[in-house]
Amino acid sequence: MEHPDPASNIAAFRQTLAALTNQVDALAVQVAQLSPVPVTEAASHGSFFVTGLTVLVLACFVGYYVVWRVTPALHSPLMAVTNAVSSVIIVGALVAAGPAGFGFSKVLGFLAVILASVNIFGGFLVTQRMLSMFKKKGK
Amino acid sequence: METLSALLYLVASICFIMALRGLSSPETSRQGNIYGMVGMTIAILTTLASPIVQSYWMIVLGIAIGGAIGYVVAKKIEMTALPQLVAAFHSLVGLAAVFVALAAFYSPEAYGIGVRGAIAKGSLIEMALGTAVGAITFTGSIVAFAKLQGLVTGKPLVFPMQHPLNAALGVLTVILIGWLVQSNADAAMWLIVVVALALGFLLILPIGGADMPVVISMLNSYSGWAACGIGFTLQNNLLIITGALVGSSGAILSYIMCKGMNRSIFNVILGGFGGEAAGAAAGAKGPQGSVKAGSAEDAAYIMKNAQSVIVVPGYGMAVAQAQHALREMADSLKHEGVDVKYAIHPVAGRMPGHMNVLLAEANVPYDEVFELEDINRDFGTADVAFVIGANDVTNPAAKTDPSSAIYGMPILDVEKAKTVFFIKRGMAAGYAGVENELFFRPNTMMLFGDAKKVTEEVVKAMEA
Repeated sequence: MEHPDPASNIAAFRQTLAALTNQVDALAVQVAQLSPVPVTEAASHGSFFVTGLTVLVLACFVGYYVVWRVTPALHSPLMAVTNAVSSVIIVGALVAAGPAGFGFSKVLGFLAVILASVNIFGGFLVTQRMLSMFKKKGK
Repeated sequence: METLSALLYLVASICFIMALRGLSSPETSRQGNIYGMVGMTIAILTTLASPIVQSYWMIVLGIAIGGAIGYVVAKKIEMTALPQLVAAFHSLVGLAAVFVALAAFYSPEAYGIGVRGAIAKGSLIEMALGTAVGAITFTGSIVAFAKLQGLVTGKPLVFPMQHPLNAALGVLTVILIGWLVQSNADAAMWLIVVVALALGFLLILPIGGADMPVVISMLNSYSGWAACGIGFTLQNNLLIITGALVGSSGAILSYIMCKGMNRSIFNVILGGFGGEAAGAAAGAKGPQGSVKAGSAEDAAYIMKNAQSVIVVPGYGMAVAQAQHALREMADSLKHEGVDVKYAIHPVAGRMPGHMNVLLAEANVPYDEVFELEDINRDFGTADVAFVIGANDVTNPAAKTDPSSAIYGMPILDVEKAKTVFFIKRGMAAGYAGVENELFFRPNTMMLFGDAKKVTEEVVKAMEA
């Protein structure tokens, strides 16, 4: 009896299907094992964006309320000190200038360190000079 | 280690907030400045201690060079030149932001944002934005510096197709950022730098000298947002927080300055103020009549016999360096038992709070110096308003003449004082190009001459 009966045919089909499903599962496991680096990196970047945005918005609110309380008489020192403080960008410059060896990025980092330092020292010092002038009556 | 440095960055952020918080009163301000320095020191040391920083000589050299320059400049600078100095400092922050962003683009490994040629798309966008804002801040501040220093004319430089050109450059920047994200191409990054540099230059060029307080505040704000953009690239909360503080500070100052002139920020940015207004004023009727010119002796006599004098300083005082002579005059008056106060308009000078610093430099106690809303009522009871180097901020046309260029601007009500003295070099109109009808009033006396010389003559006449 070479004639295939429908029942065994279906059984064979089911077997193939099961094998295929197993293979897909195995492949999925393999993919999962292979790809953690890019997947988590993308995820971490995305999540930092949200964290950073949260920090940004909250800091804007803090800035808003703090700056409105600054007395108008001290608006010039406010500018000078915010200028000095914004040179915290030196943090990025240090990372660029820090690695061993020599390269284009290191040169850029070096230049940025110089620029930011001018600002940090100059900004805080000129603020201090200004503030030391503000005196009360009779002092 | 990473947690520790994150916590230290947090401490630095708090220090920076405290630095701004201290400025709510002169007593706490010096302490605030120390907080700022401590915060900066913590931030730098924390970064230096991180494993990525391995060679120190270049960093130490850079800080030494930059620090020395900054120290000398800050020690030597005249307080009258403060606006120029701040503009120059802003340009440095902008350029530093560009350099840091380029460094991150060329060695992204150091910042953990991918490898060269395959930087994470989000990082590329943040990097490009930081670069663009930094570059705009850089050239914009240089133009502002040149205008304040008198290297180029303070008059607005307007040319046809200016606004369409700027808009086109803005759109081009966005397209270039798109290209950069798609391709990671070096060319795209450099083109963004070039276009943004041009844009900064063109944006500030048409803005006139009288609008410099707004421009400086605006550039202050930009430098903050540039730091913010770099903060996102570096995934560093300290930079984001600091950038946001500086950004919002500059934005608030711009708002206050705009309100002080009754102009919208767009009006200022679009520029051209002063130029065409002057032409219109020349053609318009303008108040005419006889002007009463007085001598230093007249002024000395009237003020000595007054009960209260309110001094209104303006940019002219700063230019003439008359603040010390002014303080001497006030001292002589106080000696005679006259009550002396100072009234400061929000946009007096070339940067926010500039007049306060100059008066403080001349040892004027800060509790004798008042802001517009605190003193405006007192003019009604004052015997003398002594206007030195100010003009537009006293012009009643701002209240009465809807056709005037300065209509709606809050002004100091000097005309309510019994006698008004104007120290002016001549009859020229103020920055806004508007005639001041006060000059022609019977209770106004003009004292023509250099602000410093006239004040010194008044002091001499008082002592005689």
